[in-house]
Amino acid sequence: MNGIHDMGGMDGFGPVVREKDEPVFHAGWEGRMFAIANLLIGQGYFNVDEFRHAIERIPAPRYLNSTYYERWLDAVQTLLAEKGVVTRDEMERRGAAPHPPSQPAAALDKTAAKRAQTARVRAKFRPGDRVITRNLNPLGHIRLARYTRAHRGVIRRDRGAYVLPDTNAHGGPPCRQHVYSVEFKATELWGPEAPQNERVYIDLWEDYLAPVPKAPVRGRQKKSTHKGGRI
Amino acid sequence: MAGNGHRTIPTGAALRVKALEALLEEKGLVDPQALDAIVDTYETRVGPRNGARVVAKAWTDPAFRKRLLADATAAVAELGIAGPEGEHLVAVENTPRVHNLIVCTLCSCYPWPVLGLPPVWYKSFAYRSRAVRDPRGLLREFGLELPDDVEIRVWDASAEQRYMVIPERPAGTADMSEEELAELVTRDSMVGVAKIAPPARRSSR
Repeated sequence: MNGIHDMGGMDGFGPVVREKDEPVFHAGWEGRMFAIANLLIGQGYFNVDEFRHAIERIPAPRYLNSTYYERWLDAVQTLLAEKGVVTRDEMERRGAAPHPPSQPAAALDKTAAKRAQTARVRAKFRPGDRVITRNLNPLGHIRLARYTRAHRGVIRRDRGAYVLPDTNAHGGPPCRQHVYSVEFKATELWGPEAPQNERVYIDLWEDYLAPVPKAPVRGRQKKSTHKGGRI
Repeated sequence: MAGNGHRTIPTGAALRVKALEALLEEKGLVDPQALDAIVDTYETRVGPRNGARVVAKAWTDPAFRKRLLADATAAVAELGIAGPEGEHLVAVENTPRVHNLIVCTLCSCYPWPVLGLPPVWYKSFAYRSRAVRDPRGLLREFGLELPDDVEIRVWDASAEQRYMVIPERPAGTADMSEEELAELVTRDSMVGVAKIAPPARRSSR
């Protein structure tokens, strides 16, 4: 979903505020919340993709005005109620009234699920391949950040096959696909004014990528974009 | 903006979590001792000291450095470091020409076993929004001015890989032991928002 959580490249949040000698948890309840969520995920009451999507489904104004673990609390309560593990009534009676999400979890996108299932577990791309990210805008969960959509990049590494979050967050069958480290130039993402020597690397599922036809773009192929350092 | 810092005024969240925990325990869904153990692990056992050991070893043991860059999960396991959010660890190395920075723009992905849980600023809207768009400006705010000719590589952790930065070994540390070197390594340097300062001159006494 094109939610408020997808923040890469946004303006308006001001400087980064840092805290000196920050504790791991700022209050006892934060630690309990962290542990409850991890334990419930570990025990299989919901998976991490459903959890992330439940955070994304927090109404945007509330998302912005919540602290980090308040968002975890909202998400856990949403999932417990939706999955019928604990009812809203039960929570409300105990003084833990859950906040309604912005939208119910979208039904499994059948087209996406079908595409994901038919995708080969054998890697479609190889390091050095030029790709373009697809312009996907599903109502459900996706890990293709908006700022990287419909942009050209280069496959740098094949990370191996992993379960696709897009279907896993919506009760779909576990579809494994190759994930690639894709390199994007800052100028590709942010326009020609961006610095030439800045790059963003992001791990993307095969479903998010389409091949760039091997068009003869002069001067582009020859220039190595990958000197120095290591990845 | 709540998400940019931490609100210290008590909120309903504390009461809601308490009630929720009681309800989950009553239903036998969570074991309070298991919760205690998780909290204790992240408050006392897992943190950036782990990552610092990894970095110091990479600086002093070229074969380990090579293994770390090839497969960080396996390499840190040699030091007994493993755990959730560290199953697919990737180490990226800073050089005089290349500076790496890690972020998670969509949520808060972070390499727990080596760095512990992320600080609030890493999860803040400001950091998440700006790291991929204006890394140089962001680093300047952290007090790190990089020369224009240094390439910046930003790693946005959006899948299963979790990143840690291997910072440059500072000058003046040639005679230091691995343990002494580990003391110099900061969390911020392993996120990529800081360099490691050369050690202060030792007292001649």
